[in-house]
Amino acid sequence: MPPVIEVRNLHKRYADKVAVDDVSLTVQEGEILGILGPNGAGKTTTVECIEGLRTPDRGEIKVLGLDPLRDRAELTRRLGVQLQAGQLPERLQVAEALELYSSFYPRPADWRGLMHDLGLTDKAKTRYAKLSGGQKQRLSIALALVGNPRVAILDELTTGLDPQARRDTWDLIEGVRSRGVTIVLVTHFMEEAERLCDRLALIDAGRVVMVDTPAGLTERARIGQRIQFRPSRPLDDSLLTSLPDVSGVTRRGELVVVSGNDNALNAVTTVLARNQIVAERLRVEQASLEDAFVRLTGKRLDPH
Amino acid sequence: MSVLNTAPPRAAAKPGSATWRLIKAESKLSIRDKMALLWGVGIPLVVLIILGSIPSLRKPNEDTGGLTTFDVYVPVLILFNLAILAVTALPTTLAGYRENGVLQRMRTTPIGPARVLTAQLVANFAIALVAMILFLAVAGLGFGVDLPQHLFGFAVAWLLAAAALLAIGLLLTARVPGRSVASAMGMVLFFPMMFFAGLWVPISEMPAVLQNISRYTPLGAGMRAFQDAYLGHFPSVLPLLTLAVYAVGCSIIAVRWFRWE
Repeated sequence: MPPVIEVRNLHKRYADKVAVDDVSLTVQEGEILGILGPNGAGKTTTVECIEGLRTPDRGEIKVLGLDPLRDRAELTRRLGVQLQAGQLPERLQVAEALELYSSFYPRPADWRGLMHDLGLTDKAKTRYAKLSGGQKQRLSIALALVGNPRVAILDELTTGLDPQARRDTWDLIEGVRSRGVTIVLVTHFMEEAERLCDRLALIDAGRVVMVDTPAGLTERARIGQRIQFRPSRPLDDSLLTSLPDVSGVTRRGELVVVSGNDNALNAVTTVLARNQIVAERLRVEQASLEDAFVRLTGKRLDPH
Repeated sequence: MSVLNTAPPRAAAKPGSATWRLIKAESKLSIRDKMALLWGVGIPLVVLIILGSIPSLRKPNEDTGGLTTFDVYVPVLILFNLAILAVTALPTTLAGYRENGVLQRMRTTPIGPARVLTAQLVANFAIALVAMILFLAVAGLGFGVDLPQHLFGFAVAWLLAAAALLAIGLLLTARVPGRSVASAMGMVLFFPMMFFAGLWVPISEMPAVLQNISRYTPLGAGMRAFQDAYLGHFPSVLPLLTLAVYAVGCSIIAVRWFRWE
């Protein structure tokens, strides 16, 4: 089956800087691909090229077999888009916006159902300007889905939502995916990426660093475990660094922090027992996608 | 949360139904814009009523072919309404849409941003049409001002004036960076245009130089065409041609230069 979205060697520069250097991606039917990367990495420019909002300088893009620029009319009927700064007229009411947008599409979703699913029913008659940031965000998600699209591109899906609304939105997106809609998700949130995405594309400085499943990315970053404890009596670091399963030992005050692969905990406790040292306040952390990201790009995602 | 429901597929969306809904929505939004209604309709209507209540303005005047000063002010106020809607309300709204990403958002739908422009033009045109009929009715029923004697000529003049002003508004919108600049520039255009329509000094009392300049301004030309129609003739060629040149010229430049983002 041909991929739903295919991007090959995309390159886009603005007057003063290269936004996207060389990006190639494929998205298969029915999957959720997450695009992850620090601010200014080129994530938004990449999806704007896929949406046909920007003209690439080089490279090829196909969405559902269509060229985003030449086949605009057809593409806009099948592609749902949530823009980062997507806005509506200030005096337009929630229900009016949904009804209006649903009239743009040949086979729209039920806009009242969407309004309910996104918890906007009691705001139906509220003007856009009077909505909170989270409500505006939910409305923009609803508008991206109101055309009943085959493919949806969601930029910063849950930015500005409180934790409960964020989880509700994830449920909604899983519901959309279960109907076979292919989704591209631009995100900052590790938790969101781990929960929703089948695969993740890591973009940094306009290039794809890596594409893998969330678990695969963590594994590739080779940070299995982090073990932290206070030794009951002085301890020579070399006892631990000599272990093959341990990749690093650092000190944080009286605490020893050991990182290593999945066997590190076993190896460390065995050595400590042999030397009659008790590990007090022992804590073990599993490496998160966040750690993997830092390891793979040398950068942090922006704090939220 | 439940899985999305899908509405039963409509056989085929009625052609033009989206455009029609967009026009309705934009009209509603324009009516909710209280400032535009106040300046565009409320104030000229109040001025009309006040002027109509001053007896000295209702004596026939030799300079204007027997029309009273008040008679002359009715078309001036009709142009006032058109100018407010076309060169301040329209550009402010559309520049705001561009600034807030409304046009960009429309680019991702099958409808496209050009139809938002069209809908705004139609909405302002419709409000102006209703206001014009309202002004004529108030002047006629309230103060006994006769309708323009050449009604068809008046209609042609009004349509051309509306087209010229909306085109000027669109040209203004095409390049301004944002909402606040749009509204400031609209005002800067509005006052000299209204001056040459005779809002403060009737055209017939202007010095010859100003009268000549007035001929070639959009509202001055509009006034001349209106006066011809009030006196019972089809408007002469020069004012109609002037209005048509503004309408076509400004539209062409606006369409070529329009910044969508």
